[in-house]
Amino acid sequence: MIGSDELRQLFPGLAAADLDAWIADRWVRPEGNPGAYRFREIDVARIRLIAELREDLAIGQDAIPLVLSLLDQLHHVRRRIRLLRDVIDMQPDDVRQAIRNGLIARIGTSSPDR
Amino acid sequence: MPVDDPYKVLGVQPQASEEEIRGAYRKLAKRYHPDLNPGDSEAEERFKEISAAHDLLSDPDERARYDRGEIDVSGAERPRRSYYRDFAEQQGGSWYDESGSGRSGEFDDVFSSFFSGRFGAAGRRGTAEFRMRGTDRQYVLNVDFLDAVNGTKRRLQLPDGKTLDVTVPPGTQDGQVLRLRGQGGEGIGGGPAGDVLIEIQVEPHPFFRRDGNDIHVEVPVTVAEAVLGARIPVPTPRGAVTLRVPEGSDTGRVLRLRGKGVPAHGAERAGDEYVTLKVVIGPVDDEFKDFLRRWSPDHRFDPRRDMGRDSGRDRGGAAP
Repeated sequence: MIGSDELRQLFPGLAAADLDAWIADRWVRPEGNPGAYRFREIDVARIRLIAELREDLAIGQDAIPLVLSLLDQLHHVRRRIRLLRDVIDMQPDDVRQAIRNGLIARIGTSSPDR
Repeated sequence: MPVDDPYKVLGVQPQASEEEIRGAYRKLAKRYHPDLNPGDSEAEERFKEISAAHDLLSDPDERARYDRGEIDVSGAERPRRSYYRDFAEQQGGSWYDESGSGRSGEFDDVFSSFFSGRFGAAGRRGTAEFRMRGTDRQYVLNVDFLDAVNGTKRRLQLPDGKTLDVTVPPGTQDGQVLRLRGQGGEGIGGGPAGDVLIEIQVEPHPFFRRDGNDIHVEVPVTVAEAVLGARIPVPTPRGAVTLRVPEGSDTGRVLRLRGKGVPAHGAERAGDEYVTLKVVIGPVDDEFKDFLRRWSPDHRFDPRRDMGRDSGRDRGGAAP
């Protein structure tokens, strides 16, 4: 985790007021309190993403929360699918085979992974 | 992958303006930014190319040097960077599950729909409900040898506090699994409960041995009982019975007690008990010694005759 000073070094072009607004809107959720925030790796990556959405991709201020919300939902589902995959991996062979057969029957391919 | 022509990568003319280059980059970045394509590694490759091309062409000095043929695009390539998706995919990514946009709670749990039937019901007619059988629960129960042979009842205390009366049927084998239907985990959506599976581990017995439905036991007899014959009590799984030892029996003689093995159970007939005699001399007094010294049998007997004449000498000459 890094503090605000180190964060500023990573993002020299980022205005402090912008970051404060993102935190206030809960787009970014560091630990700690105003003036003494601690940023995890995921927070830093999210700040970079928001900065890129705004500058490189020219996503408007109003659209950014929409993009973040959709991304968050997508990642939630992806994590859940990964969890499901892990649980399926732990099942006996015949159960895994039955699930695989069920997927193949609906997707219509011998490779349900894709 | 080396990129030859940054103009082609961005899809612009070599004389394109800075605005056109920026616009082309944005359009492609929106399409290929790895964070907008979670799980797509091709998008990441594509985005690297696009970024490298844009880095070069967005800097007027670099662009001029490239146009003069002084550098190529590889000079502008960046090291592999991490993206938000790399962290969001991990379990720690759930930190951002409820977005700041006020949609919290609406998108709660994918799995709840698995077991509530919302998925299934949508595609089917009527009131299709998700039904699932409860899980099976597995336990191990240690049982005495004789309890497994004769059958027994045991009361089990399950980890969840429930008690369960288990009937171990006669003839239960080591490793056999008893299935108690409907005693396992509760079903979902009205599905039937799972079963309790109890694996029986049979403890060994100090002198009984089991082979299928037969019981084997070695019983010591005195010299007199073996030589003269006798009626002796021998243990069986259901208590002692009297066995007639024929006159002139020897160590290793096997006598069968019909029906005294594992009791009949199910379609299986009762097994037998096989008694192997073992002559033991026991305490010896002077009278016995004197008798043996005076005794001269009619037929010489060599109990080691089947071991060969040379075997003793080979081992050091102890044989006569």
